[in-house]
Amino acid sequence: MRCEVNGRVFTGEPRPGQCLRSYLRELGWFGVKMGCDAGDCGACTVHVDGEPVHSCLFPAFRAAGRRVTTVEGLAGDAALHPVQRDFLAAQGFQCGFCTAGLIMTAAALGPEQRRNLPEALKGNLCRCTGYRAIEDAVHGVVRVDDDAEGESVGRNLPAPAGPQVVTGTARYALDVSVEGLLHAKLVHAPHAHARITAIDTSAARAVPGVRAVFTHEDAPARRYSTGRHEDATLDPADTRLFDDVVRFAGQRVAAVVADSVAAAEEGCRQLAVSYEVLPDVFDPEVAMTPGSPVLHGDKGPEQYVADADRNIAAEVHGDLGDVEAAFAAADVIHEDTYVSHRLQHAHLESHASLAWLDAAGRLTVRTSSQVPFLTRDALCTLFALPKDRVRVLCGRVGGGFGAKQEMFTEDVVALAALRTGRPVQLELTREEEFTATAVRHPISVRVKAAARRDGTLTALQLRAVANTGAYGNHATAVIHGCNESIAVYRCPNKKVDGYAVYTNTVPSGAYRGYGLSQTIFAVESAMDELARALGTDPIAFRERNVIRPGDPMLSFDAAPDDVEIGSYGLDQCLDLVRSALRRDAGARPPAGADWRVGQGIALGMIDTIPPRGHHAEARIALRADGHYELTVGTAEFGSGTTTAHRQLVADVLGTRPERIRIVHADTDRLDHDTGAFGSTGIVVAGLAATRAAEELRTRVIAAGARYAGVEPAACAPADDHVRCGEARVPLADLATRSRATGPELSATATSEGSPRSVAFNVQGFRVAVHTSTGEIRILRSVHAADAGRVVNPLQCRGQVEGGVAQAVGAALYESLLWDDDGHLVTTSFRTYHVPAFGDVPRTEVYFADTADALGPLGAKSMSESPFTPVAPALANAVRDATGIRFGVLPLTRDRVCLALAAARATTTAREYLTLGRRS
Amino acid sequence: MDLNTVTAVVAAPTRAAQATWRPGDAWLAGGTWLFSAPQPHLRRLIDLRGFDWPPFRIDAGGLEIAATCTLARLGRIDPPAEWAAAPLIGQCRRALLGSFKVWNEATVGGNLCLSLPAGPMISLATALDGVCTLWRPDGGARQVAALDFVTGPQRNVLAPGELLRAVTLPAAALRCRTAFRRISLTPHGRSAALLIGRRSPDDGAFTLTVTAATVRPVRLAFPGLPGAAELLTALERAVPPWLYHHDVHGAPAWRRLMTVRFAEEIRAELARPREEGAR
Repeated sequence: MRCEVNGRVFTGEPRPGQCLRSYLRELGWFGVKMGCDAGDCGACTVHVDGEPVHSCLFPAFRAAGRRVTTVEGLAGDAALHPVQRDFLAAQGFQCGFCTAGLIMTAAALGPEQRRNLPEALKGNLCRCTGYRAIEDAVHGVVRVDDDAEGESVGRNLPAPAGPQVVTGTARYALDVSVEGLLHAKLVHAPHAHARITAIDTSAARAVPGVRAVFTHEDAPARRYSTGRHEDATLDPADTRLFDDVVRFAGQRVAAVVADSVAAAEEGCRQLAVSYEVLPDVFDPEVAMTPGSPVLHGDKGPEQYVADADRNIAAEVHGDLGDVEAAFAAADVIHEDTYVSHRLQHAHLESHASLAWLDAAGRLTVRTSSQVPFLTRDALCTLFALPKDRVRVLCGRVGGGFGAKQEMFTEDVVALAALRTGRPVQLELTREEEFTATAVRHPISVRVKAAARRDGTLTALQLRAVANTGAYGNHATAVIHGCNESIAVYRCPNKKVDGYAVYTNTVPSGAYRGYGLSQTIFAVESAMDELARALGTDPIAFRERNVIRPGDPMLSFDAAPDDVEIGSYGLDQCLDLVRSALRRDAGARPPAGADWRVGQGIALGMIDTIPPRGHHAEARIALRADGHYELTVGTAEFGSGTTTAHRQLVADVLGTRPERIRIVHADTDRLDHDTGAFGSTGIVVAGLAATRAAEELRTRVIAAGARYAGVEPAACAPADDHVRCGEARVPLADLATRSRATGPELSATATSEGSPRSVAFNVQGFRVAVHTSTGEIRILRSVHAADAGRVVNPLQCRGQVEGGVAQAVGAALYESLLWDDDGHLVTTSFRTYHVPAFGDVPRTEVYFADTADALGPLGAKSMSESPFTPVAPALANAVRDATGIRFGVLPLTRDRVCLALAAARATTTAREYLTLGRRS
Repeated sequence: MDLNTVTAVVAAPTRAAQATWRPGDAWLAGGTWLFSAPQPHLRRLIDLRGFDWPPFRIDAGGLEIAATCTLARLGRIDPPAEWAAAPLIGQCRRALLGSFKVWNEATVGGNLCLSLPAGPMISLATALDGVCTLWRPDGGARQVAALDFVTGPQRNVLAPGELLRAVTLPAAALRCRTAFRRISLTPHGRSAALLIGRRSPDDGAFTLTVTAATVRPVRLAFPGLPGAAELLTALERAVPPWLYHHDVHGAPAWRRLMTVRFAEEIRAELARPREEGAR
């Protein structure tokens, strides 16, 4: 076949069933991404003879005689195509994994399509941005500031990797060519609960090209958790690399390693596994009752499992004051159950890793992870290797949202590389992401809340039951992690009972917000009901009852902890949302008598750092070319930590961010980094970077003073030099001269993630609900965030917009469904609806004016938290519009419509219309 | 995605080769569905584009659309002025869940043969009395009404080795005024109910076609415009509750409510005289 790609002629024959996407990647055009491989996400969009197509759906043989353009060739002889320039100027990306496909699509749009982006972009998914930034890019809006001299914190400086992202040259985990690469594919269990009685690997091994088959007989006996935390004893050690018991349909039972993906797949089909099917249980309440099937009966406290006989992976109990007495004395009580459902993270780069043995025989793993250092530690433990025999590193990471705070592929490729001595790669398919990784914990929360007639909240009680699925990764921390949802309220009487329960379903893991979104849905719905019962404005009710500076933050025990109010902007956030909603009602409700309009708000508080230690190390050095090189452990997965780190460090060193180069996420470069989860990229790693920069500044000043023969007090670093009295010593000279006489000018610093502060978010919605179809239209979306001092407003706004959009998807559309036998039926983006451009509102974002006493240069975290108040704010608005309290998510059109129809059937029209005010 | 069990492609098929059809073969049209899901049972792809059929033909009898006509090409047809139903083509095209990039490759025939309840080309063909021409593996041909072509979710009347050659929309149907209603769970999602009404300029006959909401297309025909009660009665008789489709794209009870609502909206719309200047 003769085919022209980006102006070059290729003649390699494609395989008969090959798609153009993999054909192009095999030629080294790594700008073509695998997001879904099913034509739903658009990340692989290319042009064939100028027409845009999803290359994953395009038979490769049809490219014969055609002209193919990928993002790498879009600009032709120019440096950048105008659309690439626009995506840079608007910063129309975050993780960047979807960006090549969006640029290729946008470049193909005609004027009419540009006027109807919801339609034109329905075949492109972005999980990070919430699409406002993409809309700006398509319309040529400029958002980034120039990298000029002067203070950089607080300015909209561009992401350092932008030019690579828009040209498709940013390298993600598998965007590397490796000689002699083998491919691993996984065999998954068809049963929800079964014991493997036999595995016959002979037919699989006989498949041409198959090099090895690994089953539970080959796997280390050691148990661990796929969930990674600084404290490895936090998660139940209940998982084996391959187990002889399967506990959910989809659990991996073997890996076949072969010369090609095709041969590995065939080997998987030929693997004969015999099962003895065991009784299964899917409901956590049932699983806790005696007589239910037990999933992990062979484990106990030594594996950090709370109560294995009752399937309880973790539990929490505590109380303050006397809730029963408070309920007895209350004027109003609200009690109801609020059910938050499972969610898929839908990061567009699937879990993928590549392992090889380096020249010294050392295991090296290149992976898409939020926790490279903890993964290194886990591999060392699992394979009994010393730390210096394992290296883990990341490329740019295509989205995480908590899903990559897990070890889902690295253990398999490590085993395969160690046993075969060959480089081995494993890329999960989109279907495997759904069936065999982790989801948000579905949590059912029974909430009982009481208030006095004067509007004072007097009691708050939660009973939370989380379905942690077949394995307890993140179970303990998630069920403990609901603290902030009630600690934000000043209320003397509180009680919490929480259970994370094993069932024979896909494991629940870490998901943006980490348990908070589920408990906040319950608490903020209940607060709305209390305010209604009291006839109080819901914002005023919260203002009366939330913590204020100086208040203790108490959830369910009074033991001292390391969280303090380092800055307080909740009052501002509530006021910003109130005045924004008052000032402008937003879009007019559509015409027609069927539409009902309502308004709702909710708040969220989050600790800026996870508990029990979160460590980061940073090193910064002045290089001979006069640039600073900052080394951090954090991977960049779209949250923009790299941009923030540059700005923080640049301000300390008095230079421009473009003089700071960043090296990240490589265990060879630093001793330790807990990782980028729990919103820690700025407040932990950023703090370490800031401290290192402060130390280096001192050294640079001292060196400058020495060379110029002036007092250090007369010296200050600036842009590309150090001002030493009247003289200017160029940084490059300083680096060279220092190096000639001694060590490089560098500094290393750490931060330990304690003490911790709190960040706040308030979301407000005005909605119209169609009472006959169930459609919910968001007329206005307003979000106020207290992020402390905002390092980069553009980027922080993007984090908020993306969080709100992800949460709107969760609240309105996204739903994972199983059949009666425990098989997932929603295994693609066609059945699991991640919001596209036209599915989410534009959100107006406001920032509170605060500066944190604990965070770097006054900054706080703002990664997870914008997600958390969205679902209750929406449910409260729908309640306001319709009179119906939806306690189960998501609020899909069919559910809303049928609930309204049922309400009409059971109430008279007048009652129905006044339902919202009766409570 | 790569279909790794496929070991051969027949790029230039002939009618004679149709007789060599064997299990593991698949007709390849645009490929936009075939390549979107694992197909481990397939060994050989037979490329229908190799037949090189003209995408469509317009004559006095109506519009013949080749199975291999892409949705993009379908949108560039310049219809005769008397085809009052022409806007349906764009409405049904836009009802496809796939993006305009998918339109560049996806075909009318592929959409019919996939036979999903939400297939918008099924809606178009059934609403306009489409007739499917099928090529039998023995070299013969047969014709089946589009309404009868789809028998259930991803089920149709094609026998092994048989292929869909074309669908013909008769001129009489194309000259009708139409009304279109659609809803899905999300603003641009897969159709959960797609109803099309049609009124003849010749005799005022009214037909209502229900798709997406039901497991297969359902059509109601009336000699003139029915009353609201008459329409509802006929609808309830023609579509018993168990005929409503049940999958992740909408609860059957909701689909039923939407069907009843849209049926009456369409009846009311076609009861009004045509607006001046509208096509």
